Amino acid sequence: MQERISVLKTVSWKFYLVCAAIIVSVVYMLPTFIPGIWPHKKINLGLDLQGGTHIVLEVQVDEALKNTLERRTYDLRDQLRKERIRYSSVRNLSDEVVSVRLVDAKDADAFIAFQKKEFPDLQGRKVTVGGEVEFHLSIPSEDKDNLRKMATEQALETIRNRIDQFGVSEPDIRIQGERRVVVQLPGVHDPERAKGLIGKTALLEFKIVDDTVEPSALQAGKAPPGTEILYEIQRDAFGKEIGKIPYAVRKRAAITGASLTDARVQIGGQFNEPYVALTFDQKGGRLFERVTAENVNKRLAIVLDNNVYSAPVINDRISGGSASITGRFTMEDARDLAIVLRAGALPAPVKIIEERTVGPTLGADSIEKGILALSVGCALVVLFMVVYYKVAGLIANLAFVLNVLFIGAALAACGATLTLPGIAGMALTLGMAVDGNVLVFERIREELRLGRSPAAAIHAGFDRASLTILDANLTSLIAALILFQFGTGPIKGFAVTLSFGLLSSMFTVLVVSRLVFDFLYGRQNTTTRISI
Amino acid sequence: MEIIKPGTNVNFIGHWKIACVFSGLMILVCLFSIFMHGGLKYGVDFAGGTEILIGFEKQVDIGEVKGVLEATGILNASVQESRTGDMTLMQVRTGVAVDSESGILPRLAGDLEDKTGIPAEILSVDIVGPQISQDLRSQAIFALFYTLLFIMVYISGRFEKKWLLSAGVAAIFVAVVYLLPRFLEGFFSLHLPVPIFILLAFIISLLVFWKLGMPYGIGASIALVHDVIITVGIFSILDIEFNLPILAAILTLVGYSLNDNIIIYDRIRENLASKEKKSFAELINKSINETLSRTILTTLTTALVVLALLFLGGGIIYYFSLAFLIGIIVGVYSTIYISCPFLLLWERRKGV
Repeated sequence: MQERISVLKTVSWKFYLVCAAIIVSVVYMLPTFIPGIWPHKKINLGLDLQGGTHIVLEVQVDEALKNTLERRTYDLRDQLRKERIRYSSVRNLSDEVVSVRLVDAKDADAFIAFQKKEFPDLQGRKVTVGGEVEFHLSIPSEDKDNLRKMATEQALETIRNRIDQFGVSEPDIRIQGERRVVVQLPGVHDPERAKGLIGKTALLEFKIVDDTVEPSALQAGKAPPGTEILYEIQRDAFGKEIGKIPYAVRKRAAITGASLTDARVQIGGQFNEPYVALTFDQKGGRLFERVTAENVNKRLAIVLDNNVYSAPVINDRISGGSASITGRFTMEDARDLAIVLRAGALPAPVKIIEERTVGPTLGADSIEKGILALSVGCALVVLFMVVYYKVAGLIANLAFVLNVLFIGAALAACGATLTLPGIAGMALTLGMAVDGNVLVFERIREELRLGRSPAAAIHAGFDRASLTILDANLTSLIAALILFQFGTGPIKGFAVTLSFGLLSSMFTVLVVSRLVFDFLYGRQNTTTRISI
Repeated sequence: MEIIKPGTNVNFIGHWKIACVFSGLMILVCLFSIFMHGGLKYGVDFAGGTEILIGFEKQVDIGEVKGVLEATGILNASVQESRTGDMTLMQVRTGVAVDSESGILPRLAGDLEDKTGIPAEILSVDIVGPQISQDLRSQAIFALFYTLLFIMVYISGRFEKKWLLSAGVAAIFVAVVYLLPRFLEGFFSLHLPVPIFILLAFIISLLVFWKLGMPYGIGASIALVHDVIITVGIFSILDIEFNLPILAAILTLVGYSLNDNIIIYDRIRENLASKEKKSFAELINKSINETLSRTILTTLTTALVVLALLFLGGGIIYYFSLAFLIGIIVGVYSTIYISCPFLLLWERRKGV
């Protein structure tokens, strides 16, 4: 009597656990089938199932370092002049080292003090060349790593801003490793525009054109010191490149896009065509006013990513802090340009090192096929189990169905992504889950053959098989974990569903099946034969 | 219903010599094929390059397609044709990663349609730059390394109950794969590819097992290697590309196949412990026969699912399923005809 009550008590505990598990799983699964029913997420579909584009960008962080040093070099010249430390040259020895040669060796100490005060972020080395003193300045290595990391993070933010404005639903943008940014754009089937948006460095600079340079030197590409030759690309009506016009511009930009607060598409001009209207911040506005005032009748080249967009003549000083970029824009081009200008320039160029696109047809096709294969596979197994193990088989099938529910719920709850290999993984675990049942049933059959009572046979069967089941699933679980660690996208999806599947199948076999068996045959006074 | 009647006693072990010869031949053929092909046929994931899947509504002439590809600037591409449903698929592969920003791809569908007169759709594009493919290759190697490491550790711990040994094995692996290359490079400026060190670590571990008298460990390890070589070898013979999903299938297979081994080895030990008056060979046979039911059933049900995936899954699932199917069949075979005979040989050598 006591025994029976305690058996019932144990049964109840497991029963409630299973019920709870089922209810929780249903809660998590429903949003996938009835969207919006409550705030839980639905199952994420991988790009291979919903179609879309996956891009990996490598941020050219060393360029960012170079740019940083270049900026510091300009600042260095300005500051040295202010402090009246005379230098005979300030030049780049390499991409990483700036050398300052002092006119007077006695200024060396003054320079050291100056450097400590104004440029503490650089490290310096004093070098004596002939009778002259030179200082080699560079960015310390510890800082380099930091700057590289910051460049990547800044690139991430900028790209994110641009994509936000582009209007993709649920994009996934994240950093990978030291200098890579992974961008996943579900549902984007025309990656060209997205790539154009993301890949543009969008460095906007206003540079004064040096009209004193000889045309012949211009054509030959020879730029006098302090200037560089940039080109304006001429396009025909179809957008095809037909020629390049060289301009000699002052290397140092008068104003950059960093001073912009806004960039908007407007329609106007002679032909009512789209153009991009820029608004500068206060400091930028004043700077713009000064530059235009000092350079009346000179041309101001509007340079984007080292290409000259246009070079209008400055007729008068421009105050009010606004300017406009005109050109042969389509509405879309203008919009995209405005987006990148608003979101800001990338701190360094980015290079696309991986691109995978799945079209919508293939995506839908894959889901269809995957689910069909899964269903057929499951149906076959279910059928087999009933034929071979009869009622016990039915119990196994119940556990089977619950597996699907649990795996789906786990995917939804963790916000994991279901990929095509993931569906295969699910199918696989369902096939392997049968193994657990088989182990138990075969043991039960064996015990029955040895003459034990049904209840004892069930007891022994489950007990002796439990350890083996845990064992067997463990090795597959380890494999799944390794795959998760080292796999990418779709493979990670596979590893995830495999792991969930293995855990779920252990639960359903050891707890759920046992529960049902105990319920049907567990009562000590029955001598019914187990249908197995 | 019972597939295997209880009391069945098929003499599996009796045929072990033939089986070993057969296995040996299979492995030789596989290794030969891999050697002849100059290594594994890497897919775009591992080799880098571009893979474009184009769907045509009707049958097209491959020559025309190739012509258009050349014209657009996709040179030296291999084109493979296949059919699915009512669509004709062309799989275009080139070793060079098409410049993402060149604008070739958007024009491609239109160009193809113009030339062939049949509507074309770009179904999928994979462009993998050299940095990424290199990363994937090294990640694959690490995955292999860790899988092997965990298996060896697990085997020595679980089978032989010598967890201290497991730690030792782990130490060996780490030392050989991480420290030895550095040592060789530092002192001898010798640079060898990582897989060689992984292989070396594996062999050293086997030797340790041998020295310490752990036949179960060695038997299971050899069976696993046998399975992997034959699966990869068959893919090489069939000239199928080796991609990430295939690797995933193989690693999963390793875990799955080990199960098989564990089940039978457990049974053998159980029967050994019962101290029946039987020869070792008879004992092994009995164990195999007792677990036969379970082995066949599990393999059958898993195979049912994998076959469904194979025939209905399409795309990469096809090759994934194929790898897994081959693997589980070979896995069952190797458990019976590699792992068990090895125990037999070991006992005979030790004179038990």
